[in-house]
Amino acid sequence: MSAEQDSAPSTGIVGMIRELGRKLAQGEAGPLLVLLMVAAIWTFFQFQNDRFLSPGNLTNLMLQQSAVATISIGVVLILLLGEIDLSVGAVSGLAASVMAVLVVNRGVSPVLAVIAALALGALIGLFNGFMITRFRIPSFVVTLAGSLTWVGVQLLVLGETGTINLGDNFITQLTSTFFPPMIGWAVAVLAIVLTAAFAFLARTGRQRSGLPVEPMRSLFVRTGIIGAAFIALVLVVNQDRGLPLVVCIVFALVLAFAYITEHTRFGRHVFAVGGNAEAARRAGIKIDHVRIMVFTLGSTLAAAGGVLAASRLMAVNQSSGSSDLLLMAIAGPVIAGTSLFGGRGTAWSAILGAVVIGSIANGMNLLAFASSVKFIVTGAVLIAAVTIESVTRMRRRGTQDT
Amino acid sequence: MSATGSESYLLSLKGVSKAFGANQALSGVDFEVGAGEVVALVGDNGAGKSTLVKAIAGVQLCDEGEFHFKGKPVRISSPQDATALGIATVYQDLALCDNLDVVANLYLGREVFSNGAARGAFLIDETTMEQSSLKLLQALAVTTIHDVRVHVGSLSGGQRQAVAIARSLLGEPSVVLLDEPTAALGVSQTEQVLSLIGTLRDRGLGVVVISHNLENVFAVADRIIVLRLGKRSATFDVRGVSREDVVAAITGAEFGVRPAAAKEDA
Repeated sequence: MSAEQDSAPSTGIVGMIRELGRKLAQGEAGPLLVLLMVAAIWTFFQFQNDRFLSPGNLTNLMLQQSAVATISIGVVLILLLGEIDLSVGAVSGLAASVMAVLVVNRGVSPVLAVIAALALGALIGLFNGFMITRFRIPSFVVTLAGSLTWVGVQLLVLGETGTINLGDNFITQLTSTFFPPMIGWAVAVLAIVLTAAFAFLARTGRQRSGLPVEPMRSLFVRTGIIGAAFIALVLVVNQDRGLPLVVCIVFALVLAFAYITEHTRFGRHVFAVGGNAEAARRAGIKIDHVRIMVFTLGSTLAAAGGVLAASRLMAVNQSSGSSDLLLMAIAGPVIAGTSLFGGRGTAWSAILGAVVIGSIANGMNLLAFASSVKFIVTGAVLIAAVTIESVTRMRRRGTQDT
Repeated sequence: MSATGSESYLLSLKGVSKAFGANQALSGVDFEVGAGEVVALVGDNGAGKSTLVKAIAGVQLCDEGEFHFKGKPVRISSPQDATALGIATVYQDLALCDNLDVVANLYLGREVFSNGAARGAFLIDETTMEQSSLKLLQALAVTTIHDVRVHVGSLSGGQRQAVAIARSLLGEPSVVLLDEPTAALGVSQTEQVLSLIGTLRDRGLGVVVISHNLENVFAVADRIIVLRLGKRSATFDVRGVSREDVVAAITGAEFGVRPAAAKEDA
């Protein structure tokens, strides 16, 4: 316990509040800010319509947003590089269309068709990465042109009818499978135990090496908050249809990519390229390989999101992947604290952002807002988020000039 | 005046020339740095300082010239060659990632993997990296960085310079080139960096400092090599030379009073 004092600077309540204020001002308290935002949005809509926070509606919110969250994971990776991919919506639509045609028109097994859709996404991402690194074309140009092309190909693939119904199979079961209450609780307990175990193991490792460690108290608080969130989640979904399979899928994906970005060499290099590409190059990092890999992963995740969207809709049509899907997938992570300028962000912002954006959209639908209002509100929220991000970025810059 | 044989120096260059089109950036320049010695390379803008340093760092090849490293003739035709020999360069822009912490910057591009099962998951061994980062900074007597987990973007100019220098030492070099290490630093920060350069010398490294600031040069250097119009115009032992002598050698002006001051080599 003696090493605990080293890390925590002696601060009273005032110091803590001041530290919190500094973190908010410099955009380091991202998750906290987002949770406050979610709380505000939920309170507002709950007062307007008391069905908003009902288990049924919250479960629907999760199902609606799982596709967006999946696409957003890829967007986070690309934003970390300081690049943008405007084709994720179109790629998701095209991948889903190819999958649907393979299953329904060609009789391919659903599992194989999903794999084909993901492979197509990977191929498109590889192409994007190649164009961007080989010909030095800005990513927004390559992907904007790409998005037009892929929409065209999607119309071509879908052919005359324009809509393909998927029927009941592996694909639709992805979003229509719910676990019984006991399994939900088992998942929650497992998640809490693993969170606590990994935090404790990491702390013990640091302590054994004589490095400063965070106080046991804050570890308990953090585990407690995460545990409470899991318990609340399971409590809510169990009152409705149960824990949705797709929520577990999205969670596993975010967990995997959070691990890759924060704890592996590849992830470290992604941050380095986004922070200072020239420095990364001089440090011997093959920055073009990193870029190509990230664009490949981004489009693959977009394709995965397309599969989930098709699963939820139980069909693929000409407007799959269009409308505001692209905007939501990019706006979500940005609202949740991933920088548009590269080098800052986390895979978790994909989920958080999807919840924020989804809550606004879902709430406005419940209140039967006109679509004019919905567009204006969503646009205003995005502008506000980007402005906050820009201002905090300028503040951070300001602290360097000492 | 410094007629010692090249074998006693860590790194010595003979007759280095480089032309950019019609512009002769360097013509027949000799240069040498010994172990445990700080050599300041000074000269006006366009005197050829950066060209010379780029040639040593392998960034830009020179047209002609002989390189000797630890007494053996060598060729430096790429930055990798220079690094492999043990020549590290810290550029003026430092090449740090502001969005990463001190540990991540020190180990950028050479991250350490964990052992055992975690190796299969490509897990970076943060504990080992943090430990050796602390050790390295301690060995360099960098006392201003307490927390190696802060983002480099939030450090002061002097601290950033210290991180950049510390990083260059991870490859165990024997010669370190520092490009304008004190430019744009405040008084106390400059002090920190100068004392760090002193630490490098005490560790037996050959240090080459390019600087415009003669006050700093006098504070830290053992020898001063003056370049003027692509030629080595003078060499001074820092003891027993005045600022005016060096300025006169840099500008080439006869600065009035002291005609015998600048000893022209070239």
